[in-house]
Amino acid sequence: MISGLTVSERHLALFVLGALALTGLAMAVAGRGDPLAVHGYIVLVFSLGLGFVVLSALFDPEPPEERLSEYYDDPTRAGIILSLAWAVAGMFVGVWVAALLAWPELTFVDSAWASFGRLRPVHTSGVIFGFGGNALIATSFHVLQRTCRARLPGQFAPWFVLIGYNLFCLIAATGYLMGMTQSKEYAEPEWYADIWLVVVWVVYFLIYIRTLQRRKEPHIYVANWYYMAFILVVAVLHIVNNLAVPVSFGHAKSYSLFSGVQDAMTQWWYGHNAVAFFLTAGFLGMMYYYLPKRAERPIFSYRLSIISFWGITFMYMWAGAHHLHYTALPQWVQTLGMTFSIVLLVPSWASAGNALATLNGAWHKVRDDATLRFMMVAAVFYGLSTFEGSFMAIRAVNSLSHYTDWTVGHVHAGALGWVAMITFGSLYALVPWMWKQERMYSPKLIEVHFWLALAGTVVYVFAMWNSGIIQGLMWRTYNDSGTLAYSFIDSLVAMHPYYIARAFGGLLFLAGAVVCSFNVWMTIRMARRARAAEPAGDVPLYGKAGAAPAGE
Amino acid sequence: MKEFFHRKLERNAIGFVLAIVGVASIGGLVEIAPLFTIHETVEEAPDMRLYTPLELAGRNLYIREGCYACHSQMIRTLRDEVERYGPYSLAVESKYDHPMLWGSKRTGPDLARLGGKYSDAWHVAHLVNPRDVVPESVMPRYGWLKRNALRIDDLSAHLAAQRAVGVPYTDAMIENATADARAQANPDDAGTSGVSERYGEATNVRAFDGNPGLLTEMDALVAYLQIVGQLTQAAQQQTAKAE
Repeated sequence: MISGLTVSERHLALFVLGALALTGLAMAVAGRGDPLAVHGYIVLVFSLGLGFVVLSALFDPEPPEERLSEYYDDPTRAGIILSLAWAVAGMFVGVWVAALLAWPELTFVDSAWASFGRLRPVHTSGVIFGFGGNALIATSFHVLQRTCRARLPGQFAPWFVLIGYNLFCLIAATGYLMGMTQSKEYAEPEWYADIWLVVVWVVYFLIYIRTLQRRKEPHIYVANWYYMAFILVVAVLHIVNNLAVPVSFGHAKSYSLFSGVQDAMTQWWYGHNAVAFFLTAGFLGMMYYYLPKRAERPIFSYRLSIISFWGITFMYMWAGAHHLHYTALPQWVQTLGMTFSIVLLVPSWASAGNALATLNGAWHKVRDDATLRFMMVAAVFYGLSTFEGSFMAIRAVNSLSHYTDWTVGHVHAGALGWVAMITFGSLYALVPWMWKQERMYSPKLIEVHFWLALAGTVVYVFAMWNSGIIQGLMWRTYNDSGTLAYSFIDSLVAMHPYYIARAFGGLLFLAGAVVCSFNVWMTIRMARRARAAEPAGDVPLYGKAGAAPAGE
Repeated sequence: MKEFFHRKLERNAIGFVLAIVGVASIGGLVEIAPLFTIHETVEEAPDMRLYTPLELAGRNLYIREGCYACHSQMIRTLRDEVERYGPYSLAVESKYDHPMLWGSKRTGPDLARLGGKYSDAWHVAHLVNPRDVVPESVMPRYGWLKRNALRIDDLSAHLAAQRAVGVPYTDAMIENATADARAQANPDDAGTSGVSERYGEATNVRAFDGNPGLLTEMDALVAYLQIVGQLTQAAQQQTAKAE
């Protein structure tokens, strides 16, 4: 790994890690008596540990010049492994918190860190940022190089992005357990973690734009439009929503720059577009590359791609206000949010339709190949959950669904059915390419995983639809004498069977992720044993004179 | 023609980047920027008071424990919500809330009108073990709040940071933050008159956790829960006027 870096890059890595270690030390000193110090020590140990790894290979010979005629895939391989590790951890915590809602006494320690309120963000950040984010970084590096037919501009920057991003995730997750949170949903990490993420993100953007500038293809492929929108817009959202003033440089705690109604609108402008540009645009980028590749069919319609891309980029940014229907947010904003949320169905279904129509002529493959079936089902769930989203954004529907489990069900239809399924499908396609294997270790286990994932998603979503709608109806039911028929606690008691079903659905999905990790691990072992000859042609165009176009 | 234009755009990475940022910026600019400039967005409430240092510390504990994940503080303008929880929430009520805690999910009930609804002793018992007072509850226990001493030495810095983001704490409030926090949870403390002087006569001054000798996290959280929805009477007055 380290020997793939040039000697000067190894020096740069040592310098960066040294600066990071000093930052950690400064945090530990300034934050005495505050949880910030713990994060200081984590940063310190993290950078010193990596420093030793770099030092151990510092005097290895320069990597051979021939590397420049190959794609740089080491960070992608590491990103795949990290992504799966976060998936298992994040989903495990998800099942745990789901069980706590069914059996609140199940917590086995009377400790603050193990309470629902602190574990919940570990689950949400673990799966969204840990699992999803690592998968996006890993696949974006792979897709970017193949569709540009150019190697990444250097060896150090991609590692900086991947490892720096995982440091952010680590700070986030450990912080929640210590009670450090801004309370902004999906933007919980405190100010210093947010600043670090900005640094990482700028480097990520530079890698992207520099590789695009070096491309040997005249056109930028549609997958890259989505990955670029993901990188750019997430940066804008992240910076604006996290503007805050720390209590001091020795405190983890900060106070949001905005308050009340402005803060609420900014938060849900961020929150909904985290869904749009993190969980949709990025994964559409994935879909636009791996689905046609696996199906061996070209994208159905270029025009539909254009319409859906710009439709999504423009309209999603207006939709956040639908999280605040009937609240103290001025009604004109609510109406705008609802209107754009409904029109958003057009570009969303254009994308989903484009994906499914691409499979025309390859449906026999969908039947036989669980990897492609993962992607197909992902596109179906994408279509279903975007329809449901537009529907729930209608004020009258939202009056019932808001604050209930229906929202949770909707989110998981998207997160399990769309995001996780397209990721698993893409990883099953990508892993054999990355480790130079004909196929995954066990196609049967992919089939097992597919059915576990699908069953888990369906059980989960149906449980939450039921509980959410029952909850919403119970809250607004009047009896004949014109008073409310149910107390709040009546509605809570009615949720119990659904909370058990939800935990069971989540457990099935987690089991699938474990099966996937095992399969990937065995594929890597298989590769180590076989050391198969590298398939020819997997090189950038300018690598060898007159080389054939990249094979994958 | 459009096709032609887009084919050109696709060949220009920088142009594409600028186009994405431009197209994506419009929605936020149109919906968020006017909220800061249109005066009617936030109502007037002359009786609005600020959180005391103890209540602010309690609010920070509410955030630390993730209470907002299961409890909203935003009563919508719907009949059943107003009848269940009380007058619907006004924007002005969270004017000094950095950040707001409107919430998005009601695994437990809305808390926007919680202040003054239950006794301190009820809150303490409920937080120590919710199932002692509500057998069907699924809320976690928060026993450590009663065991942990509250950190108050840095409250001046907290109030100063609040002022930096726009909350009108006075110099005297910032200076006396630590003493005020101690006094508010101990009626025998010499500093209690300072609390009422700075934050109003109606401010709750009592041993919230039942033990005046020790200032715990429980004191702070209960002090906060007892003031939620009580910083201004604007919502109650508006409902009374309508009736």
